[in-house]
Amino acid sequence: MIILTVEQTKQWMQEIQKRMEANKEQLTALDQAIGDGDHGINMARGFNEVVNKIDDTEYDSVADVLKSAAMTLTAKVGGASGPLYGTAFLKMSMALQDKEVNQQNFKEAIDAALAGIKMRGNAEFGEKTMYDVWYQVAEFLASENVEDWEEMIEACQATIEDTREMVATKGRASYLKERTLGHVDPGSMSSFYIFEALVAVIEVGN
Amino acid sequence: MKKVVNNVDQVVEEMLDGIVTAHSDSIKRIDNTTVLVRQDAPIKGKVGLVSGGGSGHEPAHAGYIGQGMLDAAVVGEVFTSPTPDQVYEAIKAVDSGEGVLLIIKNYTGDVMNFEMAAELAEVEGINVEKVIVDDDVAVEDSTFTTGRRGIAGTVFVHKVAGAIAESGASLTEVRAAAEKVIANVRSMGVALSACTVPAAGKSSFALDDNEMEIGIGIHGESGIERVPLQSADKIVERLLNQITADIDYQDSEVAVMVNGMGATPEMELYIVYRHVAKLLAEKGITIYNKWVGEYMTALEMSGFSITLLKVDDQLKDGLNAISQAKAFRV
Ligand SMILES: Nc1ncnc2c1ncn2[C@@H]1O[C@H](COP(=O)(O)OP(=O)(O)OP(=O)(O)O)[C@@H](O)[C@H]1O
Ligand SMILES: [Mg+2]
Repeated sequence: MIILTVEQTKQWMQEIQKRMEANKEQLTALDQAIGDGDHGINMARGFNEVVNKIDDTEYDSVADVLKSAAMTLTAKVGGASGPLYGTAFLKMSMALQDKEVNQQNFKEAIDAALAGIKMRGNAEFGEKTMYDVWYQVAEFLASENVEDWEEMIEACQATIEDTREMVATKGRASYLKERTLGHVDPGSMSSFYIFEALVAVIEVGN
Repeated sequence: MKKVVNNVDQVVEEMLDGIVTAHSDSIKRIDNTTVLVRQDAPIKGKVGLVSGGGSGHEPAHAGYIGQGMLDAAVVGEVFTSPTPDQVYEAIKAVDSGEGVLLIIKNYTGDVMNFEMAAELAEVEGINVEKVIVDDDVAVEDSTFTTGRRGIAGTVFVHKVAGAIAESGASLTEVRAAAEKVIANVRSMGVALSACTVPAAGKSSFALDDNEMEIGIGIHGESGIERVPLQSADKIVERLLNQITADIDYQDSEVAVMVNGMGATPEMELYIVYRHVAKLLAEKGITIYNKWVGEYMTALEMSGFSITLLKVDDQLKDGLNAISQAKAFRV
């Protein structure tokens, strides 16, 4: 079964943009606690640019939309999250080249994105970064036929809460060591919005 | 928030405009980029030097553009690493065929964005090397974590690498000199108050009148520890002890930098320097040269950092060589 069409992928990006814009202050506040306070600003700027770009462009495939998003994020975000999200979407695009997006192919795309994030950032699961959320999503998709996509959001939500209890060892937050305890990782939170947006368009589509 | 701005989303753009308007004799901006380069770049026969990072560290990094220092500074959003395409534009603009050295501060974002740019440049056949500055002793040195941050010591890397490049040395030699500085430079900082990223509108943390953050970086973040405010001499002692415990400075000569974080009066920086000089003398460390002022700031954060660079003859020559950079004239 096709879970994402070209149109839905565009909507996915729009749904992400809405969430990043609406939660810009929250993401920035999370980053002020354990980083440098730019994450919400970075994400809102990046996805605003993505939406500007894809709104004006015709696409033949889901892979092309994702590639466009990847290039835009890499060029407009900067920071740690720019290359990481840029790489994640680029790897998804590459994995979905000439393919329709069913659950199996989408799972492979997420696996590729996860590997890309790891390749750039060197993080392992449990280091209090966005990698944790992507890892969880990959795990979730590995389980047989997904019927209730809401469960994916729940899995992400649990992971975000888990990051609260972790000491960061990667990224800017690692400088604060134990002082990162009790704080949710900003990049995990923005990744949550990415997947929450995905579920919103998949659910609507089906 | 109270700032002298027009539009918080335009602060970087308007600053760049201001810099090129003020210094058009020596600095130009590459069209449609946030890259500032030496007016005469690329310089024939010379290795190109590119540094950069987020904005908010002024005079870093544009202030270090000029003969004897950097060829280009890539400017990101406030406290946010610039993107690979911008760094790539800088590399292209300063490569004279002798290759380009990227001077990167050790932050996940900076390292990733600069490395992606280096990959792009290599595809185009440009010879690119990089060095990563990690002088902040407040952070534990570990291969399992992100490692130490690059802070004010980076300015000495710009200076020495710039001098060696100006002398016509090869990319390998320039890189080796930069690595030597990195191996011998250590810094640590303290904050008495936080700063506000314009687009965020609120400061990153609040300190009471009787508190300070020890071991801060240059991005308005908290330090490694919040402690009661102490006298200048006591703070200096704390920072210097941690710095001098990190590498062996016994009987060595050092270049000292006392760097203001953006809102600390020169008066206080000299009160700091006074005690640095006294303590170094007691430790048998000779001051070869010193710089007291603002070199690597975090917007309007108040506080300072101390940097010690252990020097040998090559590094001394590098520090002494002519520099036309507006924030570091020698
Ligand atoms: N090595 C890494 N691997 C995976 N994710 C990482 C890594 N380092 C940081 N991150 C993620 O990036 C998020 C921070 O992104 P942000 O946009 O704030 O960049 P930044 O670290 O502030 O970059 P810069 O230092 O250039 O400003 C973190 O919350 C974390 O989830
Ligand atoms: Mg950040």
